[in-house]
Amino acid sequence: MRRKGNLFSLIPYYIWILLFVIAPILLVVYYSLLDLNGHFTLNNYTNFFTSVYLKMTLSSFWYAFLITLFSLFVSYPAAYLITKLKHKQLWLILIIIPSWINLLLKTYAFIGIFGNKGPINAFVQAIGLPNQQILFTDFAFVFVAVYIFIPFMILPIFNALDKLNPALIDAARDLGASKFTTLRRIIIPLTMNGIKSGVQAVFIPSLSLFMITRLIAGNRVITLGTAIEEQFLVTQNWGMGSTIAVFLIIFMFIIMLFTGEKRKGASRHGKTQ
Amino acid sequence: MEKLSKKAKLYLSFVFVVLYAPILFLVFYSFNSGDSMTNFKSFTFSHYSDVFNDSRLMVILINTIVVALLSALISTIIGTLGSIGIVAIRNRKLRNMVLSLNNILIVSPDVIIGASFLILFTMVGIKLGFASVLLSHAAFSIPIVVLMVLPKLQEMSSSLIDAALDLGASRRDVLTRVILPFIKPGIFAGFFMALTYSLDDFAVTFFVTGNGFSTLSVEIYSMARAGVSLTVNAISGLVLFVTLILVLGYYFIINHQTRTGAHK
Repeated sequence: MRRKGNLFSLIPYYIWILLFVIAPILLVVYYSLLDLNGHFTLNNYTNFFTSVYLKMTLSSFWYAFLITLFSLFVSYPAAYLITKLKHKQLWLILIIIPSWINLLLKTYAFIGIFGNKGPINAFVQAIGLPNQQILFTDFAFVFVAVYIFIPFMILPIFNALDKLNPALIDAARDLGASKFTTLRRIIIPLTMNGIKSGVQAVFIPSLSLFMITRLIAGNRVITLGTAIEEQFLVTQNWGMGSTIAVFLIIFMFIIMLFTGEKRKGASRHGKTQ
Repeated sequence: MEKLSKKAKLYLSFVFVVLYAPILFLVFYSFNSGDSMTNFKSFTFSHYSDVFNDSRLMVILINTIVVALLSALISTIIGTLGSIGIVAIRNRKLRNMVLSLNNILIVSPDVIIGASFLILFTMVGIKLGFASVLLSHAAFSIPIVVLMVLPKLQEMSSSLIDAALDLGASRRDVLTRVILPFIKPGIFAGFFMALTYSLDDFAVTFFVTGNGFSTLSVEIYSMARAGVSLTVNAISGLVLFVTLILVLGYYFIINHQTRTGAHK
């Protein structure tokens, strides 16, 4: 605590905060108040509340909800089973490795897999069904997004499950709780923080996906991210793009408020171990 | 420890197969002498030699690596110095505020970071290209470095520093001979994470890169939009290889350090 001299080391760090954390947010807010000619206007905001943008926001939330839900359904049992394995840390690393491989390449793989002549269609035809159009459908989009987010969902849930004191489960079983009751009343409530972090790690990026929508959903799905990208880089309407960005930031804070860890609760569970 | 049932094992294997199949699928077809990801004709390295003979692609590859190394270096220096400063902040409210600000870029969606940096660079007048990409990568890596270094600093007992000072060490000595060696694992982890974040980034780079400059992710995107090309598969084979080496190297360093740390 007496390391006064160290405060100097904060100078470049503070400059970074000022330039790359605070200034960008202020600039986005500032630009959201400008029209195409650089005049102040609130039109962008009134535009956002027209049916076009509201529908897009709603559909973006719907897709993010589906992606988060499916990721959770796949990840929770997987994380649970991994905690039961002998070399669980090694298996966890194996789950995480795919998340380190370039996102673009993983997405590109599905162009081949879901393609008209890809392995899925080969299988479909082998069992005597007609060729299916898989690429450029909602299903393909949600599947690829879930595929990409699974490691990010498994990791926090695994950590929460791993910290869970097994004696609590044994106690519940000894006291006559069924497997399902133990899961519902003991395991899930005590790992809620892991679930929340996972949901946060998946839901927010899902709202802002834009590369996958283009490559896999072929512009069928428009998320908030796609809309921002389009406004900034295609139509060059930075004002409208910034307005959508402002709303995305607001949504992000609301989601974080709901999924934030409750510190007190966490420390209490920690002490029980 | 209870044994897993057959069903459980089947489920886990299914998850692992789904996670790895697309990656192996890509690499498998990178050896296909045909020109699509459908019929495997015969084994060839020609797509790999295509990658190495394409001078434009090589330039992009070098760009990507240079940006990753430089941005990781810059962010590690600023992030480490910042973390050392953060633990020295006495005012609890101020410290919490700084930490919240630190985490903003971590939770922000890439699109927002990209768009807001694009506005920033245009306002300040930095030409879009190498400089803007490098600055953005360093900027979004700094908070990750801080998150990796900070726990190590908090782990360190302040009596170590008091002892060094009592024994006549200058502030400089304390930094270079006590603090830095102690937090070295955190610094390495931070540098490594910054490296992978930079190599992986697509969205932010896509926004702040100009016409003349491209990184691997952005290039793959434009190639993938144009359709399937097995050159991309060859690139993915190479990327997979490099990723595996990096991951293994990382775990080796971390394990090695914790083990030698335990010996002390």
